[in-house]
Amino acid sequence: MEYVLIIIAAVFVSNIVLNQFLGICPFIGVSSKVETALGMTGAVTFVMVIATLVTYLIYQGILVPFDLTYMRTITFILVIASLVQLVEIILKKISPPLYQALGIFLPLITTNCAVLGVAVLAVQKDFNLLGSTVFAIGNALGFGLALITFSGIREQLDLLNVPRRMKGVPIAFIVAGLMALAFMGFAGMV
Amino acid sequence: MNQWKNFSKGFIRENAVFSLFLGLCPTLGVTTSAVNGLAMGLATTFVLVMSNLVVSLVKNLIPNKVRIPSFIVIIASFVTVVELVMKGYVPVLFDALGLFIPLIVVNCLVLGRAEAFASKNSTWSSLVDGMGMGLGFTMALTILGTVREILGSGAFFGMKMISGDAMLLFILPPGAFIALGYLILLANILKEKTT
Amino acid sequence: MAKKESTFLNMLLTLFLVTLLAAGLLGSVYSLTKEPIRLAELERKNEAIRMVVPEFDNEPSLDVVKKYVDGDTLYFYTARKDGDVVGIAVETFTNEGFSGKFKLMVGFKPDNTISDIAVISHAETPGLGDKMEQDKSEFSHQFRGKDPATFKLSVKKDRGDVDAITASTITSRAYCDAVQRAYDALMNLSTSDF
Repeated sequence: MEYVLIIIAAVFVSNIVLNQFLGICPFIGVSSKVETALGMTGAVTFVMVIATLVTYLIYQGILVPFDLTYMRTITFILVIASLVQLVEIILKKISPPLYQALGIFLPLITTNCAVLGVAVLAVQKDFNLLGSTVFAIGNALGFGLALITFSGIREQLDLLNVPRRMKGVPIAFIVAGLMALAFMGFAGMV
Repeated sequence: MNQWKNFSKGFIRENAVFSLFLGLCPTLGVTTSAVNGLAMGLATTFVLVMSNLVVSLVKNLIPNKVRIPSFIVIIASFVTVVELVMKGYVPVLFDALGLFIPLIVVNCLVLGRAEAFASKNSTWSSLVDGMGMGLGFTMALTILGTVREILGSGAFFGMKMISGDAMLLFILPPGAFIALGYLILLANILKEKTT
Repeated sequence: MAKKESTFLNMLLTLFLVTLLAAGLLGSVYSLTKEPIRLAELERKNEAIRMVVPEFDNEPSLDVVKKYVDGDTLYFYTARKDGDVVGIAVETFTNEGFSGKFKLMVGFKPDNTISDIAVISHAETPGLGDKMEQDKSEFSHQFRGKDPATFKLSVKKDRGDVDAITASTITSRAYCDAVQRAYDALMNLSTSDF
């Protein structure tokens, strides 16, 4: 039950994009088509879950015992950067179709603050190993939900008569604001 | 290269937030008050200037293929320096900015300038570029913070102007998106007027 | 100077050197800032203690009992005047805040009523959750003089006695959670611990 709550909280109540403001760059950048949004979600989910798991083990196994927690930021970002490279190489070898689908998004993920953000938050929130993994999955789902819904809306938006200067990014932000407002309705759930 | 142009481009024409749409996470996340926006902007500027400086100094010593990892290590080091210094000397601000301080590492603006500018240009130009882009980013965050603080808490840099609550929406997440949307619209109009 | 070739040895050496220098820089900055960080934290603690207990003449930050509860440590600072206990400041925490963990200092009088509460550190939203700070709204004042044995420490929405901060129910709930934790732990300590 505790884990179900973690997932619900991460997906709806404190949605990583609309409430925590992590991963805004891909949210605005790759959300003009549903198809690319799906690809990005896949890649982020993959990396986020593995990265949270690995950084958790490194943090609890190395940084805490040796009193090196001030090295957290630099260690985590290096782990994530190498992980992304590793995932890219492995995917290319074992699953070319998957690589085709996710490949172009992988390099972008190193600088996706959602991945580093979730890794840091999982450590800060004092979850255990399973809790951290569940937390990462929940946040990946939340990221996907926000990104895919948003890209659906933006596809429709292209067909509408938006004032010229509002076209593109400004109107996207207003729409995102309204979505965030809708998500605030979930606040009472947990 | 005209250094004044190089410096001033970061404010409107190539402003990180209003024109390039980089570094949006901290832009939205910390701007619930003007002071937070200003502090975040300055912290980012420090990292940006230092990483631009170091990257432009060592650009010829680093083999091409390990360029990005090396840049990330350099940036992450300066971010940690900022973290430690803020924790020691301005702990209240450190708490308020929270998660977004370590996240300067993944601010696309910082890595973007290291990769696109500092690794190709002279040290002096890179320094000026870092200053300009950083201060432009700071300006954007402070403006957004001021707007949200005035509308949302009825205060200006912490000075309360009305009693009681204002439009709370603007300090809540939806208000961040909406305020930024309108500010980008304003910036677009401004750009059209000046060119 | 010509650009270095991307040979294996070159790459290995470069990355090794870069990380070595980075580690050196961080290590030295860490040792330089260690003392200021410790002092800053101590100062905040002392300030919070002064805010929540009646006047004292000892050094409560040295007169401390620790207790491990719910995954973190609670600290009990005893304030004395002329040798008599005038209050106990409990450094407590909650993980339920809107932006994660935050820490409070709860002052209790010898009769176990709350004397006052101050915030030690938090990352709650400015203009919303940060109204739990003493000087930002009346929220924390409602706890003064209350006895948690009769005053139910949860928000009115959850059938408690606490008026929540407008639009910050999560923060208010977390605040109650922290205070309750302090009270429960205090009740579990025997008087001989002080």
